[in-house]
Amino acid sequence: MQASAVEIQKVNKHFGPFHALKDVDLSIPPGRVTCLIGPSGSGKSTLLRCINFLEPYDSGEIRIDGRLMGYDAPGRKMGGRALREMRRSIGMVFQQFNLWPHMTARENVAEGLIRVRGMSRADAATRAAAALAKVGLADKMDNHPSRLSGGQQQRVAIARAIAMEPRLMLFDEPTSALDPELVGEVLSVMKTLASEGMTMVVVTHEMGFAAHVADRVAFMERGELVAADTPAAILHQPQDPRIQSFLRTYHERNSF
Amino acid sequence: MFSIPVFLESLVPLFWAARYTLLISVGGIALGLVIGTLICAARLSSSRALRNFGAVWVSFLRGVPLLVQLLVFYYSLPLIGLDVPAMFAAVVTVGICASAYISEIWRGAINALPRGQAEAAIAIGMTPRDVWGRVILPQAVTMSLPALINELILLVKASSLVSVVGILEITRASQAQAATTFRPLEVYLAAACIYLLINLCLAALGRWLEHRTTV
Ligand SMILES: Nc1ncnc2c1ncn2[C@@H]1O[C@H](COP(=O)(O)OP(=O)(O)OP(=O)(O)O)[C@@H](O)[C@H]1O
Ligand SMILES: [Mg+2]
Repeated sequence: MQASAVEIQKVNKHFGPFHALKDVDLSIPPGRVTCLIGPSGSGKSTLLRCINFLEPYDSGEIRIDGRLMGYDAPGRKMGGRALREMRRSIGMVFQQFNLWPHMTARENVAEGLIRVRGMSRADAATRAAAALAKVGLADKMDNHPSRLSGGQQQRVAIARAIAMEPRLMLFDEPTSALDPELVGEVLSVMKTLASEGMTMVVVTHEMGFAAHVADRVAFMERGELVAADTPAAILHQPQDPRIQSFLRTYHERNSF
Repeated sequence: MFSIPVFLESLVPLFWAARYTLLISVGGIALGLVIGTLICAARLSSSRALRNFGAVWVSFLRGVPLLVQLLVFYYSLPLIGLDVPAMFAAVVTVGICASAYISEIWRGAINALPRGQAEAAIAIGMTPRDVWGRVILPQAVTMSLPALINELILLVKASSLVSVVGILEITRASQAQAATTFRPLEVYLAAACIYLLINLCLAALGRWLEHRTTV
């Protein structure tokens, strides 16, 4: 079996007295899509944010391509430079897009190339244009985010991440802030990325996406990783009563 | 009877006195920006001692009237053996007083930015320097401009207080003139017109800056 792109072992995270992640174990296979599902507050975002160390975890290990994330040794945080080095190869897409409003779409994408990759302005602009064309926004490059629809903004955010040529992409509910009719355009960009072999971890409430695009689905509840398996095993023949109850609620909410 | 010639005549010396008003308010805002930025940095720092220092600085300076601060500062300087010009004391006091408000303007703008703005930059691997210089501060400055212009206008008006330490700015000059001409209404109306003119110019400057920076 191929080595994991991300290997999560016995990860714990507390917010003050609150135990948000409890001994989480999860392997993310390379070149595959892993969806994280579960009820609100179960710790999906927290786990995702621990992977790129936006949220430091307390104990356990997260290894990216074999390298321990965030710590030089257990209990000793790594320096800023080493941490930035590791983050460069991890793209992240947020629920609220988080585009920088004072920059155009193209500038949003080029900024990281210039500042982090040290590219010249001209090269960065060319690369940014290519990334925007890839997400279908070649004609919107000079718009500021305020002049873009939610779906377009999220596609710019995806372009901003993929322009950095990451080896791993993290998505935190990328379509939850979108009007229903704009969800499709973002999901289709994500499907293209998946078909190109990008390693993706996607926190989502889109069960359709999980069922059709994911290679693995992991279910979380109350800070625990309950199960991780094929979409069919989790979504169609769930063994665990917690998953059954979650899916029942989901179906009830989405049928009318 | 209101005399238009007297009104027009008093405009000239008052315009001349306006240079002190401008010097004090512009010098005050410049010094206030420098100190206020440092105080804001202290309040946002990870050191508890610095944060406390910043908080005390702000609450003290906001809690004591500028006039009293001026008098205290002016009369305490000779005590420590410093003989400074009244003008210097005035600019420093106004600047220190403004720093408390300016640091709060910065802090409010920075805190109003969604956390995700910085996180998107951190996630991409930007250095803290770039996160601040490219993402947080440009937005905070744009957001703060109206409040900063407002602060400058307040300083122009507050500068009339420095007449207590003997500086012949617009207000003090008009008092002197009213006493010699026995035409207080004309003189003070002229002073009012000059203040108004200065502040209308500042407001226009503010609108121009805002127009240039908003997208
Ligand atoms: N910065 C924080 N400080 C304190 N508690 C937090 C913090 N972030 C998250 N939590 C708590 O940790 C728990 C897990 O939060 P998390 O955001 O990971 O859930 P989630 O599964 O992503 O939920 P949702 O589907 O609503 O996004 C929640 O109970 C939340 O209140
Ligand atoms: Mg979440």
